[in-house]
Amino acid sequence: MRRNLILGGLLSAVFVAAALISFIWTPYDHTALDIPNKLKVPYGDHLFGTDHFGRDILSMIMVGARTSIAVALVAVGIGMGLGVPLGLWAAARQGSWVDELIMRGNDLVFAFPSLVIAILITAIFGAGAINAIIAIGIFNIPVFARITRGAALSLWQREFIMAARVAGKGATRISVEHILPNVTNLLIVQGTIQFSLGILAEAGLSYVGLGAQPPTPSWGRMLADAQTLVSIAPHMALFPGFAIIFTVLGLNLMGDGLRDYLDPRLRVART
Amino acid sequence: MLRYTVKRLLSLMISLAVASVVIFFVIEIAPGDPASFMLGINAQPETLAALRTELGLDVPKVQRYFAWVGGMLTGDFGTSYTYRTPVIEMVGDRLWVSLPLALYALALSTALAFPAGIYAASRRGEAGDIGVMGATQLGVAVPNFWFAMMLVLIFAINLRWFAAGGFVGWDQGFWAGMHALTLPAIALALPQAAILARVMRSSLLDVLGEDFMRTARAKGLSERQALWRHGLRNALIPVLTIIGLQFSFLLAGSIIIEQVFYLPGLGRLVFQSISARDLIVVESVVMLLVFSVITVNFLVDLAYAAVDPRLRSRT
Repeated sequence: MRRNLILGGLLSAVFVAAALISFIWTPYDHTALDIPNKLKVPYGDHLFGTDHFGRDILSMIMVGARTSIAVALVAVGIGMGLGVPLGLWAAARQGSWVDELIMRGNDLVFAFPSLVIAILITAIFGAGAINAIIAIGIFNIPVFARITRGAALSLWQREFIMAARVAGKGATRISVEHILPNVTNLLIVQGTIQFSLGILAEAGLSYVGLGAQPPTPSWGRMLADAQTLVSIAPHMALFPGFAIIFTVLGLNLMGDGLRDYLDPRLRVART
Repeated sequence: MLRYTVKRLLSLMISLAVASVVIFFVIEIAPGDPASFMLGINAQPETLAALRTELGLDVPKVQRYFAWVGGMLTGDFGTSYTYRTPVIEMVGDRLWVSLPLALYALALSTALAFPAGIYAASRRGEAGDIGVMGATQLGVAVPNFWFAMMLVLIFAINLRWFAAGGFVGWDQGFWAGMHALTLPAIALALPQAAILARVMRSSLLDVLGEDFMRTARAKGLSERQALWRHGLRNALIPVLTIIGLQFSFLLAGSIIIEQVFYLPGLGRLVFQSISARDLIVVESVVMLLVFSVITVNFLVDLAYAAVDPRLRSRT
């Protein structure tokens, strides 16, 4: 559905734009305390209201988008950077001990409840954005390894790969020059999905105090602050929550839309 | 089937062994040794030395690892440093909150997802289908802890139907306990229900395209009759797998939800132990969670293979 792609793309663009704009402009300084104006409901000067320290919530959400993007993006980068080569390697050596080892390793990481391990990692090495990235990134590796291997395996059976082998190219060259370009679409789609999952995970970790530390604003942390005040200042919880929902929704819709758009088979099936 | 079971059992053992090594050594490579980590930077040297001996830190690492694993195999999870209680007792108490919560959420998510998925599949492409699918997209995007806060705001603070948090305990009666777990279970179930409804729908749609469904239609069943009599049963297999996987996810996922509702479950135990730097509790509870997830996945695999013989030969 083209509609998904456009709607998802628009939502995601708003989120990226908010993060980018926050580098040069926010309505207020997101760290500026303004106690006389604390817990103000949304009104003219403060579109999304203020928090218990009088900080402008819109500004915090804009800067918080940076944290979300940075954490989720690097986590996807880790997953792709390690997962894709592993997947390519496993496919190139299908059935060998390398393949077996990589796939069993994958199963193992999958078996771990990711949140529990993320909590363990951040608990031991300290709470913070970097450790949150690592914790989320580790669980992206098997996702990308598995999807790359699966797609690569069927590609290895194709004639053009056979031709490349006859031409004397080695497994590594074939993987890089012929397999990788043909799985890129798949990786882009999965990357979008993992990106949105990363944003949810980051929000969860910082909600329980294991993500980015103050004064770095993050959406999860804003929700944690809002929790005790939810009865007197619901807007403190509403807006960061909406930010998470719309961003994740946007990325998911975009992922679905991209999948349909990039997969020619689905296009043919529909017409 | 026996061959398959043995093979899967073997890989279960290996997974558990590797998991225990990972957990143990992640804690080992923590900055500073566990004793100084637990006591903080202002610890007296004598206290530190005493704790080191108590934890057995003067013994080589490998030996300590085997003592830890051996202890767990015989039901001895060690003693909490802060509470001075055996970890197994603390876990036992907490399990009575976390386990019913996970089961409750699972029941809710299934009860919600089945009708939604079936409805959407039977009205493929119509407004009802698009509506349900849109709702599931939203359900997947909502962070459950935020949803939990909204539930508290509406049903606990404004309507006063439920308590905003805490757990009354099962000695107040079954219904009082269930009542206290209702909001957390709903919060936990929503994203899972959204995923499950999508799986249910796509699985049903796959089955609807099968030849035997055409046969059922050809012998005179209406579209709906064919769906209920033949489609549903066949579509259920992948759905059951997802339900099994979700159970472990719910158990782990309850960690954050327990924080929102101040429920004395396993998740809160982990957090309390982390802030108290009670590493013995942390490592044992994490191991226990990993154990239950791996075991549930194993049981799901077995059940799946028992239902679908084709799978036995595949792996």
